[in-house]
Formats: sequence, C-alpha cells, structure tokens
Amino acid sequence: MGKRERLNAFQLFNYGWFVLFTLICVFPFYYLFINTISNNDLSSRGLVLFYPLDIHLTNYANVFKLPGLGLAAVVSLSRTVIGTALTVFSSAFLGYLFTKNEMWGRKFWYRFLIITMYFNAGLIPWYLTMLNLGLVNNFLVYILPAIVSPFFIILVKTFIESTPAALQESAQIDGAGYWVIFTKIILPLSMPILATISIFAAVGQWNSFTDTLFLVTNQKLFSLQFILYRYMNEATSLAQLMRQTSGAVNIDLTNMATPTSIRTTVSMVVVTPILLVYPFFQRFFVKGIMIGAVKG
Amino acid sequence: MNNIATKQTTRHRAPLGQASWLKSKYRLFLMAAPFLALAFVFSYLPLYGWIYSFFDYRPGIPLKDSEFMGFYWFTSMFSNAVRRQEIIRVLTNTFAMSGLSLLSSVLPVAFAIFLTEIRSTFFKRIVQTLTTLPNFISWVLVYSFAFMLFSVDNGFLNNLLMGLGWIDRPLNILASDSNTWLAMTLWGIWKTLGWSAIMYIAAIAGIDQELYEAARVDGAGRFRLMWHVTVPGIMPTFFVLLLLSIANFINNGFEQFYVFQNAINLARIEVLDLYVYNIGMMNSNFSFSTAVSLLKSIVSIVLLFVANSLSRLFRGESII
Repeated sequence: MGKRERLNAFQLFNYGWFVLFTLICVFPFYYLFINTISNNDLSSRGLVLFYPLDIHLTNYANVFKLPGLGLAAVVSLSRTVIGTALTVFSSAFLGYLFTKNEMWGRKFWYRFLIITMYFNAGLIPWYLTMLNLGLVNNFLVYILPAIVSPFFIILVKTFIESTPAALQESAQIDGAGYWVIFTKIILPLSMPILATISIFAAVGQWNSFTDTLFLVTNQKLFSLQFILYRYMNEATSLAQLMRQTSGAVNIDLTNMATPTSIRTTVSMVVVTPILLVYPFFQRFFVKGIMIGAVKG
Repeated sequence: MNNIATKQTTRHRAPLGQASWLKSKYRLFLMAAPFLALAFVFSYLPLYGWIYSFFDYRPGIPLKDSEFMGFYWFTSMFSNAVRRQEIIRVLTNTFAMSGLSLLSSVLPVAFAIFLTEIRSTFFKRIVQTLTTLPNFISWVLVYSFAFMLFSVDNGFLNNLLMGLGWIDRPLNILASDSNTWLAMTLWGIWKTLGWSAIMYIAAIAGIDQELYEAARVDGAGRFRLMWHVTVPGIMPTFFVLLLLSIANFINNGFEQFYVFQNAINLARIEVLDLYVYNIGMMNSNFSFSTAVSLLKSIVSIVLLFVANSLSRLFRGESII
C-alpha cells in the first residue's frame, strides 16, 4: 500500500467501469426528474434526453388534482408511519425477550417464529384467510401482518447479545423490572440496529404493492405504488380527463397534462421520499446487514 | 453461543429468589404471547387453506358444499395435456431465470473485489451510495423507468438511437418475447448489484492484512493477491449466499414479473408465483392454484433442507 499510486491501465479500466455502472444506476432517476420539469410537449415527444428544456413546475402543482392521488399519499404515509413504528417496537421487544434464557419455552418459541421465514401457505390460502379475518379491504391489512418480522427479531437479538450484560445486571440489582430495563437500557443501547430496521421497514411499507393488488379493491385504500401502477396503464385517459377539468383558460397549452407528464410526475412523487431519507440512513446499512449475515 | 447463554441464566438467577425466577419465567412468555399469536394467525393459520386443494372450491360456495376431489388437482398437472404444457412452460421460465440469477451471483463478488482495488475513499463512497439506491425502489417504479427509457413510443433509447441514425425503426424492447429472460435478469442485476456487494466489501475488509503483506513479500502482484488472498477470503460468505439462493431457486418472486408482464411476453415471463396468481385470482380457479402453491412449498422446503445439509457437510454449520 506504501507504493505511490500510478494510474495504470488497470486502474483506468477499473475507474471507468465503476463510473459507467454508477451512471447507469443514477441516470433513470435523473432522466425522470428532468422530464417532470421540462416542457410537457417536448417531453412527451421524447425530446428531453440529457438536460431539461423550458423548465416549469406546473406538473407538480397539478399532480395532486389527479383523482385518488392525494388520498393514496395519505394511505401510504399512514401505513409507513404506523406500520414502521409497530414493527420496530415489536422487533425490539421480542428481540430483547428472546435474549432472556429464563423465558418459558424460549427455544421453542424462537424457532416457532424463525421457521415462518421459510414457508408460505400460498396466495389463495393467504387471501381466503385474510377474507375470513375481515382484513380484505381493511386498512389493518397493511399493518397487522407486518408487525412480527422474524428477520428483524434476529437482527435485534444478535445485537443485544453483543452488548455488555453488566448494564442490565446492575439495573436488575437496583430492582428494575423487564419493562424498565427494556425502555431505559435496551432501547437507547440498540439505536444503531433500530435505525437500520426502521429504514428497512419503512422502505418495505412505502414500496409495498402486492398487498393492495391481492387484498384491496376499495379505491379509498389504494396505496401510492398501486395508483402509480394503474396510472402507468391508464395515463392516456387521465391526461384527457385533466385537460377537460382544468379549464383551458389559464393553462399554458404547451404544458398541458400528457400521459408522459402524468407518469413521470407521479413516479417522482413516489420516489422522492426514498431519495430524501436515503442519505441519512445509508451509513447504517452496512452495520445492519453484517449483523444479519453473522447468523441468519 | 450456548455457553454465553447459560452463563447469563446463572447470573440472572443469582439476585432473584427461586420463586420470583419461576414467576418471571411465565411473565416473559406472557409478554411475548400477543406477538406469538400474531405470528400464528398470519403464518400458520393460512396453512389450513391447503385443504382447498382437495376440493372443487368456488368462491362464494362454502367448503362443506364443495365436491371432494382427492388428488385430482395434483394429478391433473401431469395427466391433462393443456395443464402439463402450462406447467412445463412455467417451470422452464422459473428455472431459466433462477439459473441466470444464480450465474449472475458472481457479479457482486467481482464488484466488491474491484471496488476495494480503488484507493480513493471518496470515489468508493460515492459509488457505493449511488449503486445501492436502486435496491430501495419498488418494482413498479423500475417498470416506470423501463417504460420511459425503452418504450417503443418515444422512449429514451429509441429516440437517442434514431437521432444518431443507428436505427430507422423504433425497437419494441418491452413488448417482445425474444429476450425476456435476459432482460428480467439484467433488471435484477441493476437493482441489486450494489446492494449485494456490500456484504462482500465488508468481508474483504475483514481479511487479515498480514496475508497480503506475506503474499507481497513472496512477490505476488495485484492479480495474484486478488486470486490467492481476496477470493479465498470471501469464499465462505459467497458459499452461504449461494446456498441460500439454491434454497430459493423456485421462489423467484412475483412483483417484478407481474409489472413487466404483457400479452406478448407472458409466455416467457410467467414464473411459478405469477402463474399461481393468474390461475387463482384472475381465472378464479382457487383449488388448482392452491394445489400448485402447495407443491411449490413442499419443493422449496426440500430445497432448503438440501441446502442446509450441504452447508453442514462443507462448513460444519447450518444456514437456518
């Protein structure tokens, strides 16, 4: 390593390939963005290729006029906030409880949970069970099934086992019960792993698409991802609808809603929260996934 | 691990009396019980639904009024010519795409090895941050990207190539059945390569630096170091992940194939999970769909045990 770095052919090739792959990863996001702020007419003719043309923000001002979009955003936001909070709490709590050897049947119950990662009843049995539980077309279907997550429980349990036991012991000698130890010692101590779990759970909730597809037909409960998927297929008729309802008087004709503008703007609305939280949580990932890798 | 655990028990037992230890034994269980009940309801209870695969169940008609079919739905997969062809087609798609992604599992290894060869920490961090990003977006959004970039109707690629004069008619990449397997694999690589490499990058960071020093003293160059030190150093990690992907060989997911499916590529894109959805939810053949997913579950559990015993055999450690 002490050698002076020379930019030889290998290094050049190496840098080049990583620059190329990174660009391939980032370009779709950039392309999406420049198309939402460019002249809608040029954009729908596919003429906005590498940089924005005639920048305007009409699309963002109009996007929430789309039928169902505002409500879908509320649904997605609520399921993300409530679902993540409950999942993180239950994973932290169960992860802690399963470090306690004195629990009745600890080994059995731990396996009882972990095994669920490896089997699956299948779609129709799942659907019929949800139907019988009254969870079809019910907001709770976004929350309840995700609360107990074996993978997250493993992560927390492994993490707590790696922290010094002396902290818990001294609290116990002072007369603290399990709940006090959990809230006062375990929770603050496990912040790094809880941050990792939070981002996984939140991204999972935000991106979830199939639960709406399988179990929800009530339009009021559609998630943002599901609405986006529908818009992908119905953008043409929506654009016409928007043109009719928005009253052409004060609308710039070149920036009227087009199928392309609807697709791109809704996509941008869906991806923006991810882009916003991503940089803050990125540093936790490596730690989190390594803990998971140590023992699955 | 067991050692530590036993020590903890004795330590925790000491300050408590025998009676309160017994009490806490059940209290701990009671605190966990509501969550265990949730797990039962959402993971074990649906297994009861496998019973539908032995009946001719129609939505709306109670099970007790449905005709008992025995193993009819299972045998019809092989005896009924149309069904047999469908199953063969779906299995071919499933195996082809799982096989391709199994082949591509060396890519994250290469990615990690070559990235650690780069000295600039700043460059490395940028690359890692940006290549991990696609892992965090949904397949719906990936499809939206695919639509913008590759659509026959004014998509980015077509307009670029036409503008350059390289093609004179737009290519219909999304609605084509010629390269569906490859295209799906490439999207999978795009989405997960940077993310999967993280594990290997961490594994490489854990390799003893003295091994490199020793090899360098022996006159090894860059490529020999990579081949004789780095590669053996991350082999255990690679092996575990490879076994896990063997266990998941027939579970190649649903969402990606659902969003990318269309009338033209359906014959090539329909994997098992999508097939179960299409015959169950779209054609309302609940019983046959359940029979297929029951068989699929059994096969994947067998695969898991195979992978697990391979792991015990070669590593002396289980993966589950």
